[in-house]
Amino acid sequence: MALASPAAVAIAVPARRPAQRSPYPTWFFLPAAIIYAVLFLVPTLASLFFSLTRWTLFNWTFIGLDNFVQFFREPFLVQGLINTLIYAALTSGLKVVLGLLLAVFLTSEIMARDFLRSVIFFPVLVSTVGVGITFTVLMHPTTGAINETLALFGIKGPGWLTDPRLALISVALVDVWKGLGLATVIYIAGIVSIPQDFYEAAKIDGANAFQRFWNVTLPLARPATITVVILSLIGGLRSFDLIWSMTRGGPGFTSDVLASVIYKQYQAGFYGLSTAGNVVLFILVAIIIVPVSIFLNRKERTP
Amino acid sequence: MPIHTTRRLLLGAVAGLALSLTAMGPVFAQDPVTLSFLIDNGAQTIPVAQKLAAAFEAQNPGIKIDVESRPGGTEGDNLIKTRLATGEMTDIFLYNSGSLFQAINPQQNLVDLTDEPYEANVLDSFKKVVSSDGRVYGVPIQTAMGGGVLYNKKIYADLGLSVPKTWAEFMANNAKIKAAGKTAVIQTFKDTWTSQLFVLGDFYNVQAAEPDFAEKYTANQAKFATSPAAVKGFQHQEDVLKGGYLNADYGAATYEDGLRMLSAGEGAHYPMLTFAIAALQQNYPDNLKDIGFFALPGDDAAKNGLTAWMPAGLFIPKTSEHQEEAKKFLAFVASTAGCDIQTEAVGVTGPYLVKGCALPADAPPSVTDLLPYFEKADGNAPALEFVSPIKGPALEQITVEVGSGIRPPADGAALYDEDVRKQAQQLGLPGW
Repeated sequence: MALASPAAVAIAVPARRPAQRSPYPTWFFLPAAIIYAVLFLVPTLASLFFSLTRWTLFNWTFIGLDNFVQFFREPFLVQGLINTLIYAALTSGLKVVLGLLLAVFLTSEIMARDFLRSVIFFPVLVSTVGVGITFTVLMHPTTGAINETLALFGIKGPGWLTDPRLALISVALVDVWKGLGLATVIYIAGIVSIPQDFYEAAKIDGANAFQRFWNVTLPLARPATITVVILSLIGGLRSFDLIWSMTRGGPGFTSDVLASVIYKQYQAGFYGLSTAGNVVLFILVAIIIVPVSIFLNRKERTP
Repeated sequence: MPIHTTRRLLLGAVAGLALSLTAMGPVFAQDPVTLSFLIDNGAQTIPVAQKLAAAFEAQNPGIKIDVESRPGGTEGDNLIKTRLATGEMTDIFLYNSGSLFQAINPQQNLVDLTDEPYEANVLDSFKKVVSSDGRVYGVPIQTAMGGGVLYNKKIYADLGLSVPKTWAEFMANNAKIKAAGKTAVIQTFKDTWTSQLFVLGDFYNVQAAEPDFAEKYTANQAKFATSPAAVKGFQHQEDVLKGGYLNADYGAATYEDGLRMLSAGEGAHYPMLTFAIAALQQNYPDNLKDIGFFALPGDDAAKNGLTAWMPAGLFIPKTSEHQEEAKKFLAFVASTAGCDIQTEAVGVTGPYLVKGCALPADAPPSVTDLLPYFEKADGNAPALEFVSPIKGPALEQITVEVGSGIRPPADGAALYDEDVRKQAQQLGLPGW
């Protein structure tokens, strides 16, 4: 858990400029450097070290890469890895599609636009654990509100969180509901910043509403898309609190993701092993996000 | 004259000083010492600890006890380990005996209580599970428990059933209960820990069939998957699922739901530890007389016995600055007066592990059902977690999977063996 936020890897590195003498004396940077070293550098290096040990908090033994070998041998870990990717792709994809559609709707001339915009943002403000507990109650297979409503129409609802095939998807849908507001707001900002001239020009050229959306809104809202994709991918890859509060990775291991597997190893007292898991998570996030970020940003610079 | 006066004055002053010193002696001693006392936040632990602390304070005006609570389960394990590792542990703390106790490095972290006079009051069966290398480190709090089946006596009476002594009899009872339109076996997988009873509570039968299982298992020579006796616990889970004996919402039901269904007579059997009797006493006092208990049956009616759980212990960390006062409190808990106060606080849920502690005559039937197992010489065997330091942390997820049909029993047992290996390596046991 000590690794620095993976978000850091998403920041594009600016082109190197010729070295310039700083106007500030060196000691001026010292406080920030000390804070950085103590709070980020040391824990990161320490976690890299402890991931190579069998660590009980009281003492440690150096065991080389055994933790990583063990980590990949665990059957529910591979499952967790696959689930993580499914979860990240599903939530990220749905947030992009639904967020964009809602943003287009909420930037059009409709009644009570500001009110509707705040309504869509509301779930973002609620505590994740609170949302998780609420939906757990709503999704109860026999007494939950969702299945009771379905029963009114004569449909026998599934065990949303207890059916091993559905549990992960149910949690992902709740995640989308909760995070959609943020994606929508980012898209609204992106769409609003598109100059009206483009739309007028397109209209004069005889483009219909769909063509205006496809050829003007979509390409020009690209920076917003990049932000939404990267934020929701990172969020999805390291998602933990919602899954933990809804299913605890269950039933059994069927909705376990990397973060919940790591948490369980940590709870069980396998400190070295869980630290190794965090290193794996860090590398995984970096492997996925860096190319995505480079790809999306390059397209942006050379349209 | 002036000399005399001075001398007399001096004498007087010295005498006065001596007097005031003796007078002040007890004052110094009475300077109140505050002991911090960390307990888990279980619904029964809190009243027990508070009553014990209050009674102890009344007897020892110089000592105050400050009760702090912590979460239970693995989160609590973590907290205990972290506080011990950082030297921030309270003066006294409550923690599991058995394998979890072994995992906190007793020799390095805890005060040795072997030679304390009050350890003579503690039963040997408990001393064994709080010992490391022959040294004793704790005293018992609360009562011993059994892992087996809490059952509804009313349903049994209505259907004319008798307590099963073999698994086949148990399944036959289940069939009759199902035919009568009731839930035969209650399972509550939302609280995953409740799913482990079929496996953990079957250990009496495992050790009856393979007496050296625990020893070999600790030495990496016996496995759940390859031992015909040990794999049966997982098999039994599949049996009750495939028989259609479970409550419809077994995947989403909680421990509280299970207790409610059992008390209300919606379900007949709830595999559980007997500490649930305290919760039943608190929440469903009117139905308590309808609830009985029996040990999980095995294959042989002649070898029917109980898998027993030892209660938690109280321990003193070496970092405590008030070890003498803390020991005084432990002596109080390990006395008959201590037992009586615990009974007063939450009622009685099983036998105490302190010599001379008696149970009240009005104990509920589930508790009196439990006693014969403890009175017979080979009527009970400690659970595996008390005779081996290794317990895999993922068992509760595995038993949920086997119990819901996601994973076949043999696979579940093999997966658990893999899980156990990690724990053994973490503890640095030989042979792994």
